[in-house]
Amino acid sequence: MVEKKEKSLVVIQLSGGNDAMNTIVPYTNGIYHDSRSAIHLTESDVIDIDGSLGFHPEMGEIKKLWDSSNVAVINGIGYPVPNRSHFRSMDIWHTAESESIAPDGWLGRTIREIDPSHNNVVTAVNFGRGLPRALVCKDVPVASVGDLETYGLMPDIKGKDQRENALNYFSRMYGPNQGRDAILDALSDNGVSAMIGADILSGANSKYSSSVEYADNPISNNLKDIAKVIFADIGTKIYYAQHGSFDTHAGELFNHAKLWKELSDAVGDFFRDLKEHGRENDVTVLLFSEFGRRIEDNGSGTDHGSGGVAFVLGGSVKGGFYGEQPSLEISEQVEGDMKYNNDFRSTYATLLDQWLGIDSVPILGKNFEQFSFIKKG
Amino acid sequence: MSDKNIMLMAHLMRRAGFGASKDELLEISKRSYEEQVDLMLDSEPNYEVSKHLMHRYQPDYGSPMGNSSNGASWLYKMIWSDSPFKEKIALFWHGIFATGYAKLANGIVLHDQIKMFSKLGLGNYRNLLIELSKDPAMIIWLDNCESHKGAINENYGRELLELFSMGTGNYTEKDIKEAARAFTGWTIANKEYMTEKSQRDSVWPYGRLAMHFEYKEEDHDNDEKIFLGEKGNFNGEDIIDIICKQKATSRFIARHMYSFFVEDEPPVPEWPYKEPNNPEAIDALSEVYFNSGYDIKEMLRFLFKSDFFKTEKVWNKRVKSPIELVAGTLRLTKEFYRPEKFQSATNSQTSFMGQHAMNPPSVEGWHWGTEWLDSGTVVERVNFSSSNLGNTNHSGIRKIIDNVRANTNEIYSPEILIDLLLQELGEIIVSQNTKETLIDFAESRLNDKELLTDENLSELLKLVGAMPEYQRA
Repeated sequence: MVEKKEKSLVVIQLSGGNDAMNTIVPYTNGIYHDSRSAIHLTESDVIDIDGSLGFHPEMGEIKKLWDSSNVAVINGIGYPVPNRSHFRSMDIWHTAESESIAPDGWLGRTIREIDPSHNNVVTAVNFGRGLPRALVCKDVPVASVGDLETYGLMPDIKGKDQRENALNYFSRMYGPNQGRDAILDALSDNGVSAMIGADILSGANSKYSSSVEYADNPISNNLKDIAKVIFADIGTKIYYAQHGSFDTHAGELFNHAKLWKELSDAVGDFFRDLKEHGRENDVTVLLFSEFGRRIEDNGSGTDHGSGGVAFVLGGSVKGGFYGEQPSLEISEQVEGDMKYNNDFRSTYATLLDQWLGIDSVPILGKNFEQFSFIKKG
Repeated sequence: MSDKNIMLMAHLMRRAGFGASKDELLEISKRSYEEQVDLMLDSEPNYEVSKHLMHRYQPDYGSPMGNSSNGASWLYKMIWSDSPFKEKIALFWHGIFATGYAKLANGIVLHDQIKMFSKLGLGNYRNLLIELSKDPAMIIWLDNCESHKGAINENYGRELLELFSMGTGNYTEKDIKEAARAFTGWTIANKEYMTEKSQRDSVWPYGRLAMHFEYKEEDHDNDEKIFLGEKGNFNGEDIIDIICKQKATSRFIARHMYSFFVEDEPPVPEWPYKEPNNPEAIDALSEVYFNSGYDIKEMLRFLFKSDFFKTEKVWNKRVKSPIELVAGTLRLTKEFYRPEKFQSATNSQTSFMGQHAMNPPSVEGWHWGTEWLDSGTVVERVNFSSSNLGNTNHSGIRKIIDNVRANTNEIYSPEILIDLLLQELGEIIVSQNTKETLIDFAESRLNDKELLTDENLSELLKLVGAMPEYQRA
């Protein structure tokens, strides 16, 4: 059997509203320093990029990937008519629908395109509890994994034999039998696909070996689990994980640094792991957040804003700046926020068409202008 | 064998409440079924969950901030109220008048809306629609505050007809616009300030405020309107009067009731194309609607006392919603005697299963029935019920184990054990296949009375929690 090395997309949600201005820092800009008297980063703090912008000091690992030209930084990303509610704004990013309230997610719709007859219950794997709306779509199975090692049904039954024994009884109760109705059919189909999914995924866990040592925190654990599933070649195309909370209304300097340190190190380890397994060109990572934050600080943090920054990383990514760094001039601000200059759906469309090879128009509802951050061929 | 009357009571409690243990069922079975229905409908709860108790454990209870502690406190009421029926009614209306935090970013108005549902949800439908139209959460949710004389926003007018009263196909686009005109001026007080406030969304104290209804005469379009064939200078109340008179309204409410209390109907968008499961029941309920003057309580009294509700054919014909599953399980285990902070985590279990209280996916609310079930949610549901029923530290589970042990003193067999256990957990009815599977398990681990250890019973309870029948009500 020829192992099929799938191209896959890893989406990491930076929940809570990442402060774009302290991530890609306009450290030479006077307005930046004036508006951020409490929480600015100085020339000696940041990791310089081009003499005017710099990475947050804790983004050293991402900077290394940038130096190998594997990081696309999408400045000024957002959508028309900003909404500063976490929930609503996250919903807009999840459903790719900014005007009305949509029931299903853009990745859910993508999975339906990839596997319309649900042949593979692990086409998408979410790391976390419950499904983010981005992955929700009617009749689309998605495995949702808290921790790969314990994932499955009845995980609190201790002991391998006891658990296997219980699962045997489980499959008898959920297996085909007389006098079924629609409810039992639905319970049984999903119960069985959950069992199959858990079984496939537990194989991924036991097969894995690597010299890379990830840190022990949730985002590192998630990325390590994602690497395990990638190396198992079980046909998974979409991975999802979350990191946060970036809702830094207070204590921003400390909290924001900790979050980026964890994320940047985890991404660095993840790509080292991919490289060790010869897979760095098969995986593209998207980092996004529901909005950026207010230009002016509030004394120890920042409040909700609009225009933000997203990152696309991977061996098949053409590194560089995409979108424009929004001007901080008062006349260019939107109610005290950075003004968006590119629609987030342009980034989605680029990933769908150019990376996953799926027509983005039916998924996003219309044609969005695309970037060129994916290498050709 | 279980007593038929107790089994009927168990069905009633699963539907009109969140299920009941054998001990509770024995207690209520001292009354006749009819008496129990009347008592449930007519009595006021003896034990109102105290506001002070909630504040002590959940400091932001009832506050404008996040919805998690407000959702958790509602769950607490479902678990501990001696009138779970009132919370079930609120849940019924929350599913129809689904309003969500996603757009409001304000917990208190949602908290107040749910309280309004449990207070008025058994009253007159006309009053309920009027209060709903004045509800600040609803006004913002459906943009009625953006609807002005001469410049209507038709969102509320549309959903009032489509989702809250008549259903599609019973009115025209013109009727929607006329309804929207009649509701101009129904807004929230001090709107400009509140809008400004919400744009400066912040977690600081007083960043968010409660909102209040205000009728602005000067913004109300008082000109003539033609609505559903009637002509007049209608205001919002007049529109609701006309809506309430419609046959379509009576049938729409009847079908929702049937779906929520009797057996799952297809989701609402399919109603125009699919006949009800039981057309006679819908006819009969809609007759009660008119004869009682739109009285919700009388419709439900009729429903619970009808053969179409009592018949064994509909027992267990519903998929438990996530909130029903979690609240029902916690009522059995009796965890969270106090509304501890940790309870918020339990509350979020329902969102892992696809139902985040006070935060529905859209104005359509949740789709129910088999649509609750997907590969992710089934894992969450099975694992939640299995691990909670299997936790022998919970006082409710301890009591169940004690009862089982006490009742197996005389004679014992694995079959008797399974029967007793399913009765203790609220007269759960299982298929032959499930029963045989459980008996096989019991034969392998619990073949003798001496083997009724906590550990073995916990393993059995975990399997019972995982069985497909536990997901049904």
